[in-house]
Amino acid sequence: MDTIESRQQEIIDEFSMFDDWMQRYEYMIELGKSLPLIESQYKTDDNIIKGCQSKVWVHADLEDNLLKFTADSDAIITKGIIAILIRVFSDAHPKAILDANTDFIDQIGLKEHLSPTRANGLVSMIKQLKMYAIAYQTQLN
Amino acid sequence: MTIDVAAIRNDFPILHREVNGKPLVYFDNAATSQTPKAVIDALVDYYSNTNANIHRGVHALSQEATDAFEQARQKIQKHFNAAKPHEIILTSGTTHSINIVASGYGALLSPGDELLVSAMEHHSNIVPWQMMAEKTGAKLQVIPMLPSGVLDMEAYQELLSANTRLVFVNHVSNALGTVNPIADIIDLAHAQGAHVLIDGAQAAPHIVADVQALDIDYYVTSAHKLCGPTGIGMLYGKEALLNQLPPYQGGGEMIAEVTFEKTTYADLPHKFEAGTPNIAGGIAFGAALDYMNSIGFEAIAAYEHELLSYATTALKKIPNLKIYGEAPEKTAVISFNVGDIHPYDLGSILDKLGIAVRTGHHCAQPIMDYYQIPGTVRASFSFYNTTAEIDAMVAALERAIQMLT
Repeated sequence: MDTIESRQQEIIDEFSMFDDWMQRYEYMIELGKSLPLIESQYKTDDNIIKGCQSKVWVHADLEDNLLKFTADSDAIITKGIIAILIRVFSDAHPKAILDANTDFIDQIGLKEHLSPTRANGLVSMIKQLKMYAIAYQTQLN
Repeated sequence: MTIDVAAIRNDFPILHREVNGKPLVYFDNAATSQTPKAVIDALVDYYSNTNANIHRGVHALSQEATDAFEQARQKIQKHFNAAKPHEIILTSGTTHSINIVASGYGALLSPGDELLVSAMEHHSNIVPWQMMAEKTGAKLQVIPMLPSGVLDMEAYQELLSANTRLVFVNHVSNALGTVNPIADIIDLAHAQGAHVLIDGAQAAPHIVADVQALDIDYYVTSAHKLCGPTGIGMLYGKEALLNQLPPYQGGGEMIAEVTFEKTTYADLPHKFEAGTPNIAGGIAFGAALDYMNSIGFEAIAAYEHELLSYATTALKKIPNLKIYGEAPEKTAVISFNVGDIHPYDLGSILDKLGIAVRTGHHCAQPIMDYYQIPGTVRASFSFYNTTAEIDAMVAALERAIQMLT
């Protein structure tokens, strides 16, 4: 079954094939290229995630009770990070997104990005995705 | 005059560590400099042998600590050639120093007064003045910058008027490395009766500002930019000017007499040093100046200039690399971007390769807006860096560019 957990496991398996940071980064950059891009009308200052040294825009739509995320970033490493998060969390029910943990980040060797003080704001990105989930969850109730 | 870099590197314990499995190449000196053993020893020695509160204790430790702290003030006075030791106020750093002056001017400014700020200031030399302008109704005006990263001195002269009360300019730009012509800036301001605050945070590690020869009104800097510890810095101000500024913080140490009806303030420098100061930091600030003077600022500047030329030539060979700030007079700072690559991406890969550079807007967003860029990669060199480290950075950059394009 396609769940947030199964997608996380898929990504863990993919990253386990690499044995150094360079390959992991190259793969992350590659994943950034398949990011479902945010429509230009949503690429506004309001949709910029605060706390990142690069710009990250995220938008969410609810379709058939599933949240669909689109995003973009002006830095390609950041684009790779948000692409990984969106691959995990998009097409999921808001409640499932709220309940999901993010331990997989640690397991794919990106733990260093998890510190709240990191300039790339991975923590801010996760928080923003969960904020969308809270907002739409409230709508569904 | 030459310097023995290998010997100097042995004075800095941190330069021997590894980062991400690679020998550390530390090129973020404009953010903070590394600390030599002499300074670390001064801190350890103070806490091991002297630690006591100063200025009021009658016991031996307190007197020794007071002497050491006041000796440090005299070292700073001598280094910047201030006329009197009490013209040196020990603060927590440049930002604190600027806030003392800005807040003081809050009581002196009135609507119609004008303040001039340069376009290449650090946010810490913009925001306190914006706050004061808002509070007092004074007008804040900006001295523009030219594309090469130098101030537009013609525009400056046009902006100066009899209404100008204060001009605040950095001696060296943190984002671009530009050395500003502070002698001319000061002379022109004085001719209009305006005072000048020079932010020396970036200059102090490279250039000794003689506050009397340059007739500087206020000069501020932080010890951690010149091999000292964090949390300590200084405000130099001419005695007459400091006397007319109201105190910044109330508390112990800054008073002469206190009753519930009225408090009279202590004389300089204590009027601006409320509370227990950073005693260990002050002493270590003195030790840092001793250390740097033992190498010699002329030798340091000459060697850093060599590093700057070497790195500029090497970086310019990288296709699509653009350097921001090409003033004829620069300290050893290179701000750059490569093509459309985001500075954050370059900085992240360089970090993985053990190279510490700064990325982002360097707390100088107006400069980034001027060039219409999100930020830059900034490599800043110090006298303990080597050309071999610059080669390592260039090789790492080439690898990063390959990954990112």
